[in-house]
Amino acid sequence: MGFHYILRRLAVMVPVFFLVVAMVFFMIRFAPGGPFDSERQVPPEIMKNLEAKYNLDQPLIVQFGMYLRDLAHFDLGPSFKYANRTVNEIIAESFPVSVELGLLALVWALIIGIGAGMLAALKPNSALDYFPMSFSILGICLPTFVVGPLLVLCFGVWLDWLPVAGWNTWEDRILPSLTLGFAYAAYISRLTRGGFMEVRNQDFVRTARAKGLTEGQILLKHSLKGGLLPVVSYMGPALAGIISGALVTETIFNIPGLGKYFIQSAVNRDYTMVMGTALLYFALIFVANFLVDIAYALLDPRVKYE
Amino acid sequence: MSSLSLTMGQTGVTSEVDIPATHEAGQSLWKDAWLRLRKNRMAVISLAVLAAEALICALTPLIAPYGFETQTLENTLAAPSFAHWFGTDALGRDLFTRVLYGGRISLAVGILASLVSVVVGVVYGATAGFMGRRMDSIMMRVVDVLYAVPFIFLVIILMVFFGRNIFLLFVALGFTQWLTMARIVRGQVITLKQKEFVEAARSMGVRTSTIIMRHLVPNSLGPVIVYLTLTIPTVILEEAFLSFLGLGVQAPMASWGTLIKDGVDVMEISPYQLVFPAIMLATTLFCLNFLGDGLRDALDPKGAKD
Repeated sequence: MGFHYILRRLAVMVPVFFLVVAMVFFMIRFAPGGPFDSERQVPPEIMKNLEAKYNLDQPLIVQFGMYLRDLAHFDLGPSFKYANRTVNEIIAESFPVSVELGLLALVWALIIGIGAGMLAALKPNSALDYFPMSFSILGICLPTFVVGPLLVLCFGVWLDWLPVAGWNTWEDRILPSLTLGFAYAAYISRLTRGGFMEVRNQDFVRTARAKGLTEGQILLKHSLKGGLLPVVSYMGPALAGIISGALVTETIFNIPGLGKYFIQSAVNRDYTMVMGTALLYFALIFVANFLVDIAYALLDPRVKYE
Repeated sequence: MSSLSLTMGQTGVTSEVDIPATHEAGQSLWKDAWLRLRKNRMAVISLAVLAAEALICALTPLIAPYGFETQTLENTLAAPSFAHWFGTDALGRDLFTRVLYGGRISLAVGILASLVSVVVGVVYGATAGFMGRRMDSIMMRVVDVLYAVPFIFLVIILMVFFGRNIFLLFVALGFTQWLTMARIVRGQVITLKQKEFVEAARSMGVRTSTIIMRHLVPNSLGPVIVYLTLTIPTVILEEAFLSFLGLGVQAPMASWGTLIKDGVDVMEISPYQLVFPAIMLATTLFCLNFLGDGLRDALDPKGAKD
């Protein structure tokens, strides 16, 4: 993989990102309703002042230009609903929460998924294989918004071991991250099993077995890299899924993360907040996919990107 | 899903022309596939469950024991009984009736959105594959780029800003799912267009659009149907995801997603409200996934297993 490939990917990413910015901007502006609609009728003079303050009285294309200019300086503008606060401030506050939740979920997914998958591949078609694999079907068919409430009901309400909501102590973090990571653990376990099953029939594994290594040694020393390749290529979709799944998880557990703000501000027609949070999500997912592709090419010399 | 793989007959699907003469006369491609599918027990059970579910949902207005919005206010949050099989909800409405009506919406959104994705994907993929050369590489590069865009965020913004109507919902969800379909169809078309019957049609002066619609598309139906079966659960899940966030189907309509959301609100008092819709949703997703896998083995034996 050459330097050229990275440059070309970046060269495509920038215009696509610009297109997405434009799409979201005009989509929310052409929609009916505005940020200052409320039950109470605001006097027209005040409305005018409000619109002038946020530049809503300018032509749309001028507003778009101004938005892009600020975006180039990483300034996402003032929030329309949270008075006297900028979007940057709100993101700086809520984003770390979402990142922590997402990373913890990813850790769960990788530990449980790879562990179960390797266990299953060690002795295919035994109880050691069937048990985790049927559990993983459950994980794939039960969506996050069912798993989460069920976990809360079991461990929070009936057993009363863990808190049902909030984000203060370390106990608060267990159920949400487990909820978010569960489905991905299920997928990863299947991919891990598949990857190892494929590698175990390769010549180099047969050689290793012929020279008398135990199955465990073969697994760790010879098939680990090849066996985990499918998991690496799944990391892109997994990261994207965890980022969007966090919307639901943050709602269920009442976590003050970015997802809650994204949905709340969309409902409130808080133009700058919606734009800011959505763009952050898009940027995150673009970057995640990009990094995963590079990692994949580094791990697998058979992959050639022209 | 290794347990699902089954031994294939001697006739490969993609080489439908060279069925051995000793084979029973008139064995069509579809009949072969049906025979193969019938040997797959999980797929047959799934098909039966889904057929029963579809039938019940279609006949809901006739067989539902109560009205969709009939309330008995003195009997709220009741446990399951002979009068109310699944109990009643917080407003005293019969949950069994509501789960049936919710199933109608969930299944309808799943099927209609998947059909939207099929139409877009097939037209796009067939065009790219048939045109070839520059056109093909540009069109497929666009698909590559779109893969990186997290459409679910765009759908959320769309749903919030343009009112939550159900027509918009399935069109928007359909448009998030056509990319893989386009790739599959393009691959099929590229192989098919070199076959003799296409050459024959072209030498007879048949128009390009007719060749695509009459010869290429019908011959690539196998993988399309397989992928369609796997798209439906994805879309049902996405609809439930949106409805859970309060952005999908709006009251007084209900889908399994909104019922699960209502169930979560009262799960500490009456867990049935959460459990019954969740079981229905999970069963449906489970069966569709198994049926899709079975169909893949039956219709598209050479297709990639993920």
